[in-house]
Amino acid sequence: MSRHTLSVLVENKPGVLARIAGLFSRRGFNIESLAVGPTESTDVSRMTIVVNVEDSPLEQVTKQLNKLVEVIKIVELDPATSVTRELVLVKVGATTENRGQVLDTVQLFRAKVIDVASDAITVQVTGNAGKIADFLRIMEPFGIRELVQSGMVAIGRGPRSISERSLRPVPIPTLPQHSKEPISG
Amino acid sequence: MTEQITGAQSLITSLEAAGVEHIFGIPGGAILPAYDPLMDSKIRHILVRHEQGAGHAAQGYAAATGRVGVCMATSGPGATNLVTPIADAHMDSVPMVAVTGQVGAASIGTDAFQEADIRGITMPITKHNFLVTDPDEIPRRIAEAFHIAATGRPGPVLVDVAKSALQTMTTFRWPTELHLPGYRPVTKPHAKQIREATRLMLESRRPVLYVGGGTIRSGASAELRKLAELTGMPVITTLMARGAFPDSHPQHLGMPGMHGTVAAVAALQKSDLIISLGARFDDRVTGNLDSFAPGALVIHADIDPAEIGKNRHADVPIVGDVREVILDLITSLTTESDAGHTGDYEGWVSFLSGVKAKYPLGYDTSEDGLAPQYVIERLGAIAGPDAIYTAGVGQHQMWAAHYVGYEKPRSWINSGGLGTMGFAVPAAMGAKVGMPGSTVWAIDGDGCFQMTNQELATCAINDIPIKVAIINNESLGMVRQWQTLFYNSRYSNTDLESKRIPDFVKLAEAYGCVGLACDSAEDVDATITKAMEINDVPVVVDFRVHRDAMVWPMVAAGTSNDDIKYARDLAPEFDQDDL
Repeated sequence: MSRHTLSVLVENKPGVLARIAGLFSRRGFNIESLAVGPTESTDVSRMTIVVNVEDSPLEQVTKQLNKLVEVIKIVELDPATSVTRELVLVKVGATTENRGQVLDTVQLFRAKVIDVASDAITVQVTGNAGKIADFLRIMEPFGIRELVQSGMVAIGRGPRSISERSLRPVPIPTLPQHSKEPISG
Repeated sequence: MTEQITGAQSLITSLEAAGVEHIFGIPGGAILPAYDPLMDSKIRHILVRHEQGAGHAAQGYAAATGRVGVCMATSGPGATNLVTPIADAHMDSVPMVAVTGQVGAASIGTDAFQEADIRGITMPITKHNFLVTDPDEIPRRIAEAFHIAATGRPGPVLVDVAKSALQTMTTFRWPTELHLPGYRPVTKPHAKQIREATRLMLESRRPVLYVGGGTIRSGASAELRKLAELTGMPVITTLMARGAFPDSHPQHLGMPGMHGTVAAVAALQKSDLIISLGARFDDRVTGNLDSFAPGALVIHADIDPAEIGKNRHADVPIVGDVREVILDLITSLTTESDAGHTGDYEGWVSFLSGVKAKYPLGYDTSEDGLAPQYVIERLGAIAGPDAIYTAGVGQHQMWAAHYVGYEKPRSWINSGGLGTMGFAVPAAMGAKVGMPGSTVWAIDGDGCFQMTNQELATCAINDIPIKVAIINNESLGMVRQWQTLFYNSRYSNTDLESKRIPDFVKLAEAYGCVGLACDSAEDVDATITKAMEINDVPVVVDFRVHRDAMVWPMVAAGTSNDDIKYARDLAPEFDQDDL
């Protein structure tokens, strides 16, 4: 098994997420992480899906995804040539005695305090999966009271865009309904 | 200003614009507004007795004509009754559009009366589906539905229209272009793949043309014949492809698979090159995958890229319409042949001819009572290759696949992938509506027949004179066969007692059809001839056959094709020296 990151461009229409989630479960693939959001084009949403599968089932799932009418494009992002980020909001215990230690760690990880209460602070940290795991390990002893994590988003390095493909409409073809092909008899 | 019409009128005008001539359906609350303008339309709506019948009729219509079949139902139970035919059309790549009513947009999600999330329910079993709540969208969605259903790998598309959208005023504008950025099926094969396929075809010594239902859907039978005759390669046709290549052709070895002919199964198992044309290496064809065709390279041509390499690795994948692929192969092979390069398959062809001669299809007539295979064989002989034959699922389906004798595409219509019992009668109804000049025989089992025979009323009332041959062995025959073979003849719940109840002749008569019965071999021809002479009303013939006939050959589920049995406990012996 190996981790693969798929960037999937889909039409921004209701029900698309259900179609994709349904396809993964139906074909027996587990989604490790999923993030959906708008893109530079209002008609198009982008999903970043992380799956843990062998290569050949991955090919099959990619082909099956491509069959969905509302899926426009699928690109597998190579970790070496892409940047990945996750975002975590974490509420940790911070009394007057240890608040300084917590804040030091926050600074070391270039995280951000977004809320403060008398005995707790809430921190926002972004980064790749490794950095987030390290941060949470260090926060553990202070007492993690609540944690929420986004799915991973990823983008390829360099100047090119994966959506550089025309979304042009196609002329309506003559429907086969009109063409009465030779049939039996 | 453009004329203001209701969404319902827009829906019917859109269906007309899409070229629809026939719809099979049943009205109900949510779809009711659409049925009013339908009364004034040139579209013929056929009122069926159960929505499942509407769906299978649309499938039969589509399979017989090559056009998109259309069915219509109301929300909730009307729509859920379409689920089986939609799933069936999805498995067998049948172009079909299902239009369903949905509760008013404001009520969606409130568990309203007759509300079911049919779009959600049918997501995994449609090629695509839509929920329309804005009446202005109706023409565009209908145009898209027909385009998606008919192009690429055909399949069912469901359009669920909210009642409020049908009742609201709108304008009708048929789209001039479609905006489907994620839907661009590849039909033209890649030249490099054609070159590679050509090379393998010339180098191979034991090739076989493995022909699937895609060949029929793409209308490639004439081209297939040309390719077969150009190369001299043996041909096998899957259950979905029966009729794609004439059964009478000397290169034809019949159907492969679990109940395939010994020669067709041998042609795959001993092959060094399988040329798959619109087939999908279904488990009923391959048996145990690990031991399937161990020595063969595979050229896999399919319009659906996801089929290629799904079950069996493809050495040469070719994405494209089967007809285009065959035409390109013919061009490429002709060029090679003009340059003096042709394949040498002589030893292989003679080996397979030997197998075919040694292990022909056959059945035992020594048992008491009427042999079901004999009935079907005579039906094929008397009704002939110009007739259209539909079947249900089970023993009678396998016998119909083997013994009718098909010469033309679209003359054999059955439920292959989903295996839906009860398919035959409504599918025959649809086929007859699409092809009114053809004789249409539903070859059905007594179990299957009792699942959907209410459509005989539809046929009788709407002047759709189909013919039904019930192969009545008073059991769920295929299940009984497995019980005989694998469950020590313990017949749990397979005895239908249908020679006693119901009386099929009386049932036929009650439905306004002619009912006939036959229980001896001597009467078979006369009964079929009599049925052939009745063309004003549907005819139902109760062929009362003996119940212990079994379907042979057989590869037991999950075992290797090499373990094919020609008859019970009888395995064929292949003389390896002949290869």
